[in-house]
Amino acid sequence: MSIEIKTATLEPVRNTFAHIERRFGDKPATRYQEATYDVASATNFHYRPLWQPDKLLQDASRTQLVMADWYAFRDPRQFYYGTYVQARAKMQEVAESNYAFFEKRNLARLLSDEQNAALIRFLVPLRHVEHTANLNNMYGTGLGMGTALTQAMLYDGMDRLGIAQYLSRIGLILDGNSGEALAQAKQHWMDDAVWQGMRALCEELMVTEDWFELLLAQDIVVDTLVYELVYKQWDAQLADNGAQDVAMLTEFMQDWWKDNQRWGDSVLKTAAAESADNTALMEQWISNWRGKAAEALAPLASEMLGEQALESAMAVLDKRLNKAGLFK
Amino acid sequence: MAKKLNIKDKYRLLTRDLDWEFSYQDRSKAFPYEAFEGIKITDWSKWEDPFRLTMDAYWKYQAEKEKKLYAIFDAFQQNNGHLNVSDPRYVNALKLFLTGVSPLEYQAYQGFAHVGRQFGGVGARVACQMQSLDELRHVQTQIHAISHYNKYFDGLQEYSHMHDRVWYLSVPKSFFNDARAAGPFEYMIAIGFSFEYVLTNLLFVPFMSGAAHNGDMATVTFGFSAQSDEARHMTLGLEVIKFLLEQHEDNVPIVQKWIDKWFWRGTRLLTIVAMMMDYMLPNKVMSWQEAWEVYFEEAGGALFKDLARYGITMPKYADIIEKEKEHISHQAWWTFYTHGHAAGFHTWIPTDEELDWLSEKYPNTFDKYYRPRWELAKKLEAKGERFYTSGLPMLCQTCQIPMLFTEMDNPGEISYRDHVHDGERYHFCSDGCHDIFVDEPEKYVQSWLPVHQIFQGNCGGPDVENILSDYYRMNLGADNLDMKGSPDEKRWKQWKGVA
Repeated sequence: MSIEIKTATLEPVRNTFAHIERRFGDKPATRYQEATYDVASATNFHYRPLWQPDKLLQDASRTQLVMADWYAFRDPRQFYYGTYVQARAKMQEVAESNYAFFEKRNLARLLSDEQNAALIRFLVPLRHVEHTANLNNMYGTGLGMGTALTQAMLYDGMDRLGIAQYLSRIGLILDGNSGEALAQAKQHWMDDAVWQGMRALCEELMVTEDWFELLLAQDIVVDTLVYELVYKQWDAQLADNGAQDVAMLTEFMQDWWKDNQRWGDSVLKTAAAESADNTALMEQWISNWRGKAAEALAPLASEMLGEQALESAMAVLDKRLNKAGLFK
Repeated sequence: MAKKLNIKDKYRLLTRDLDWEFSYQDRSKAFPYEAFEGIKITDWSKWEDPFRLTMDAYWKYQAEKEKKLYAIFDAFQQNNGHLNVSDPRYVNALKLFLTGVSPLEYQAYQGFAHVGRQFGGVGARVACQMQSLDELRHVQTQIHAISHYNKYFDGLQEYSHMHDRVWYLSVPKSFFNDARAAGPFEYMIAIGFSFEYVLTNLLFVPFMSGAAHNGDMATVTFGFSAQSDEARHMTLGLEVIKFLLEQHEDNVPIVQKWIDKWFWRGTRLLTIVAMMMDYMLPNKVMSWQEAWEVYFEEAGGALFKDLARYGITMPKYADIIEKEKEHISHQAWWTFYTHGHAAGFHTWIPTDEELDWLSEKYPNTFDKYYRPRWELAKKLEAKGERFYTSGLPMLCQTCQIPMLFTEMDNPGEISYRDHVHDGERYHFCSDGCHDIFVDEPEKYVQSWLPVHQIFQGNCGGPDVENILSDYYRMNLGADNLDMKGSPDEKRWKQWKGVA
């Protein structure tokens, strides 16, 4: 049995906005569609930026990648602001209870001195890498094309700020809120030989001008390798050595990475499927950054995990690229 | 036992030390736009975080707010909430809002993302990034709030296309383009301080209060939901100006010049709000003059007293602005009324009760200068000769508003200034707009002036009608013309069962 409440129905004059109708036909639209498509200004910009007088405010030539329609980059998660914050609020609720549990039971005391030092040396400095990722995604948000892609980069950028803050909290848990672990981790980031390749790479990313190249370098190449090495391989090693509780503190990053790969894969596929020129350009960019990232991560990976680690992370990256239609 | 951290220390540890001194690249290449405006930053670490919200807390609070907001949107749609507005004329204020204001939220999203990447100090960057995310929230929730109205009323369906093209929409668009085309510090004085801190009570609040007074549950719920975001934006605006003024004394004259410019730009932009408050809201909130006195003269006056210790003075032209509050809404609505065939919303003659309200609210000006025009318009309309002008208006090169403003000491005379630059003569509505042009002529010669573009043949044609229907994509006879006899009005009567 079902019951039916009678409501007054009024025939609408139209189903949705005209630009949504032109794209998807005359039918009711989703909230993702109305919040995303053709929202950005597209023409008749008034003044050239004083900070980049050779470009328009919105200018497709800020990347070499060419798309007939920048709104082809549909987000498979269909994130607009409302769905984005609700998805992240759920994840942070789990994280909050994990962190509270970890602190309440003082699980840090179960870590050996060696493990404690390893977390400060290998995990906490990643907050600077996340900070770099934050800036690189903001770069694309500000200068990129089409809301479908720029809003997803903003969500990525803000996620990375959140992750940098979670990593900082791990430091504070380890040092009893003195800030000493954060200072030590920064020292590693600044001076420790295993990090210098990575720091140089981050600095290079931040002076890279082409925003789509930067998206590939950061969100695909560097992130795939770092997340594979740290949150998968190293996570397994910690678990094998009695430090499995640390996973409570990094579950957010693992869940986030699963979610983010869905978006990243779709960006790769969409851009590569557009044209052979795009595919060639992307392969050239990715090869370049893949080589640099491998070189930057090599000392870190071997110190953390041993000699085979980087190679297996590279295999994961290559498989991902292949699946998206690249390097076939 | 771990020691307790206060919020300030915790936020500093979590966020402020993420940055580092570069060793492998030239850091100024990573933050290349910090120097060219002449602003001197000696120490970014002196930046006081205006709000100390970590991302996890942000996600949590904002998700709560979104859940409630969208529950109201759902209920509003399910129950034909549009039938509860005071009068169908009200929806025209929403048309102005969605075509003219929501796209500015989008530009704010882009602008704050840009400065949120470019500032060298991590504290300032993060605050701007969060505002960028909020601004995206605002444009998207506004679209969702108004989406239902679009299904039942004309004039909303091409808001995005129209924003890029229509003559009067180039006013708000160019305002924000101007700020985004400026350097990052000017952007923050223009938008973060002048607009968000001082003028937001005269833009955002009137529209949302108008929604509250006119039975628009969807829009006013958005307004309430955005209030705490706006409060954050205001604290950021205030921190920016204090930070710049405290960093170096050489910053003071630069900041003063930007304040002068952006207050003038801002008050010109607010002309559409003035007209909306005095003429478009069937249930009035307060008159424009009252709003100006409360929010600018009192609140703004106190602020500038506070800033005087840095050597900052009241914005230039404040004396002219004070006189304008009694005139601009009337001059603007008359212009739209007479150009109603080329507007994307409906226009109308105020009812007799509304004319009396205007007489009461504007004792010095309305009966003397403006009421006679409406009495004339009423006579013409009664004879079946509703008046539309056939010409295209000349636009101010800076603010892009048609030359509709008068000299304030002689409201019978149109205010008109000009300036020759590189052998070309440019026209302005005021000393304020003239001076802004003269200070940066290379920027303002680039203005995409809709009327010039029409005459240059860049907007289709040949007739105005073709331009309206093909280039603007206005649905002629539905989106434009008088409220009387419009499809909006006919449908409303049908829904309400009145003849």
